[in-house]
This record gives sequence, structure tokens and C-alpha cells, in this order.
Amino acid sequence: MTWEIFIRWLPSFLEGAWLTLQLVGLSVIAGLILALPLGIARSSRLLAVRALPYGYIFFFRGTPLLVQLFLVYYGLAQFEAVRESVLWPYLRDPYWCAVITMTMHTAAYIAEILRGAIQNVPAGEVEAARALGMSRSQALLHIILPRAARIGLPAYSNEVILMLKASALASTITLLELTGMARKIAARTYMHEEMFLTAGLIYLAIAFILMQGFKLLERWLRVDACQGR
Amino acid sequence: MIPDLHGFGPALIAGTWMTIQLALASLALGLVLGLLGALAKTSPYAFFRWLGGTYSTIVRGVPELLWVLLIYFGTINLVRGLGELVGIQELALSPFAAGTIALGLCFGAYATEVFRGALLAIPKGHREAGLALGLGKRRIFLRLILPQMWRLALPGLGNLFMILMKDTALVSVIGLEEIMRRSQIAVTASKEPFTFFLVAAFIYLGLTVLAMIAMYFLEKRAGRGFVRSAA
Repeated sequence: MTWEIFIRWLPSFLEGAWLTLQLVGLSVIAGLILALPLGIARSSRLLAVRALPYGYIFFFRGTPLLVQLFLVYYGLAQFEAVRESVLWPYLRDPYWCAVITMTMHTAAYIAEILRGAIQNVPAGEVEAARALGMSRSQALLHIILPRAARIGLPAYSNEVILMLKASALASTITLLELTGMARKIAARTYMHEEMFLTAGLIYLAIAFILMQGFKLLERWLRVDACQGR
Repeated sequence: MIPDLHGFGPALIAGTWMTIQLALASLALGLVLGLLGALAKTSPYAFFRWLGGTYSTIVRGVPELLWVLLIYFGTINLVRGLGELVGIQELALSPFAAGTIALGLCFGAYATEVFRGALLAIPKGHREAGLALGLGKRRIFLRLILPQMWRLALPGLGNLFMILMKDTALVSVIGLEEIMRRSQIAVTASKEPFTFFLVAAFIYLGLTVLAMIAMYFLEKRAGRGFVRSAA
């Protein structure tokens, strides 16, 4: 009897899992793009360049994602200017609010990962690039960033898993992703244990697949070979 | 620069106090679970190693919010059954208890790894020295190993505590009157969501800064006698 219920609700769970994957995928990719300038500016030697990304990172890492989601989804509506702007159709939509907030949140963490990775690029390699006559930007593009990408990849894969778990918060702004769907189904069927456990198992499965994927990527980029100094 | 709180200031302070209580209660539970997990993972018995490994893998792979929901809504029948066994009618977990268990469980899973790392970093000779002095197993752990683990585990635990403090916001979902819940109530009354959620954000920032300062002094104290020699 219970199996029938599971089979009946399986399509809904898969729908929720698909939305979860969309949220995570969009935010970690957009977050990486946003984090690049942040991380580079953050590791600058000039205080004026460093200060702004530092404040951004401090705010987004020091406050809960839930607060940030509520600030964007509920908070922005407080301002007349936002409600009349061209962006309002997007800022009214919980889907885009979740994507925007999760992107800004994860960008702060990824920027810190990038800063650590950039600062851990062996100084000799940077000097060698400069000695070969590369300009600063050439050295950054051809030597420092590819090297930093390999140093930072394991930490980035951790961040992706953390964002997978953080995406559960999107259910608090009415999105029916995996957790939201499980809550809805549990409320319908009064089977809280079973439905939440099912959602948990799906999260575990997604995390496992992501981890295997990153392992393959690490092997392809030969991360191990680059760790030895 | 101080925003008009429409008289909700005291409510927010009460919420902050509730958040601090929840964070400290979860920390206490999580430290115990983490220590047990680390001991299980380094145990000579395969069963305990499996148990510790399963605990930290499963708990870390599932969102914290789902744990909060699972423990609050998912254990209603179980807890009621337990209550009837000992003769208490309508026994139920309060949001505070459910939040403490859920967050403690998550903290413990990550702390397992931190403690395990610290445990493995202690030289084998120390244990052997204890044995040679004729100390019992329990004594060696409590008087020799544990005090040394503290210093090694502290930075990792500090990071986990900052994460824990932000995760307390999740317990507002099951109705505990902490900072977020109080802000939501204030928003409903005042129709000023941005103001109140921003105030909430700055309260969390303040708590994070306080925790960072506390960690600085704890680490300094734990590291006394371990001043790095000039290289």
C-alpha cells in the first residue's frame, strides 16, 4: 500500500529534484563568474581595491542565507522604486529571487576560495611568467588563473555540495523544490517521516553523483599532479 | 542611522537571546556527538567504525532544513508513543528541543571529522607514555589525549560554530521565536520587510563578530606554551 503512494508521488519528487538542480546549477555557475572579479580584487595589494569585496564577503558570509532570501524576496518590495523598475517582474518571482540571492551568497564563498587559491600559486611560477616577458594580465590569464583553478577545485566542489543543501531554503519563499515538494506531499498524505526521508535520500543521491562528477573532473585536470610543489 | 523599530526592539532582543540559547544548546549536544563520532570512527571494532562513518556521511549529505523538519514533524508519532510508554499523555517535542536535536546532529557530523583529525594528530608516543606510566585506558584518554585534542580541534570547531549560529535561523520555520521569527512578526505588523530583515542581518553579523572575538581569545589561551619559534 505504501509503495503505491510512493509511485504516485514519484513524478512530483523528480520535478522537485529538477528544480533543485536548476537552482544549484545556475547559482554555482553565475556565482563563479561573479566571484572572479571579487576574488581577484580581494587578493589585491591595494587597500582601496581590497576594501569593497571584503565588505561584500563579510556581509554575505556573516549572515544566514535565510535572511538574505527574505531581504530580496520580501524586503525589496518595500521600495517604490523597485516596484516600478523594469526588473520588478523578475524580483517578484520567487524563482529569480532564489537564483539571484543564492548566486550572491555563493559568490562570497567562492571569492574566498579563489583568494586562497590565487595566494597559494607558487611565487616562483608568477616570477617565471614575468621573466618570460608576460604582462601582468597575461600572467594572470595564462598562469595564475589556470593554476588557481586546480588548487581551488576541491574547495569549489565542497561549495557546490553546500549549495545543494542550502537550496532547501528556497522552499521558505514558496518554491516547490525538493524540500518544498516534500513538505507539500507530507501535508497532503500525513506521512511526514516517509516523505522527508525520501527527500533526504534523493539529496544523498544527488550529492553522491556530484561528488563522483567532480572526481572525474579532478582527474581530467590532473589536480593531483599539480599539488606537489 | 538608527531605523525606527516601531517598538519591536525588545522583541528582537528577546529573539537574539533565544538564538544564543539555541546555538549554545546545539553546540553542547553537537560536541558530545562529534566526540563520540570521532571515537567510533577510530575504534578498533569494525562495527563502530561503520556506525561513525555512516552517521557523518548521511547527516552531512542532507540539508539542515530537512533535518529540522524531519525531527519536528517526522517524530510526532514516535515521541507520542514514547510518552505513552512512560505514562505522559500528548508528549511532543517543543520547537526548541527539535531545533537543538537537528542542529546538534548536523554540528556533530562535521565535528566528527574535526575531532578525528585532532585525534590522529596526537603522537602515538603520548599514549604509549601513558601506558608505560601504568595509566588506565580511560585515564589516558581523559587526562592525556583530550586536553591536547582541544587545542588542535579549536579552529575547526570555531568555524563550525559560526555556521551553526547562522543555521539557527532555520528553526524559525518550525515557529521558534528567535531573531528571524520575531522579525517576521514585526514585518507583518509594520509592513517594512527590508528594514527588519536588515536589522536581523546586522544582529547575526554582530553575533558572528562576537564569536570571532571569543575564538581569538580561546585559541590564544589554548595555544599558550606553543609559541612558534622564530624560523
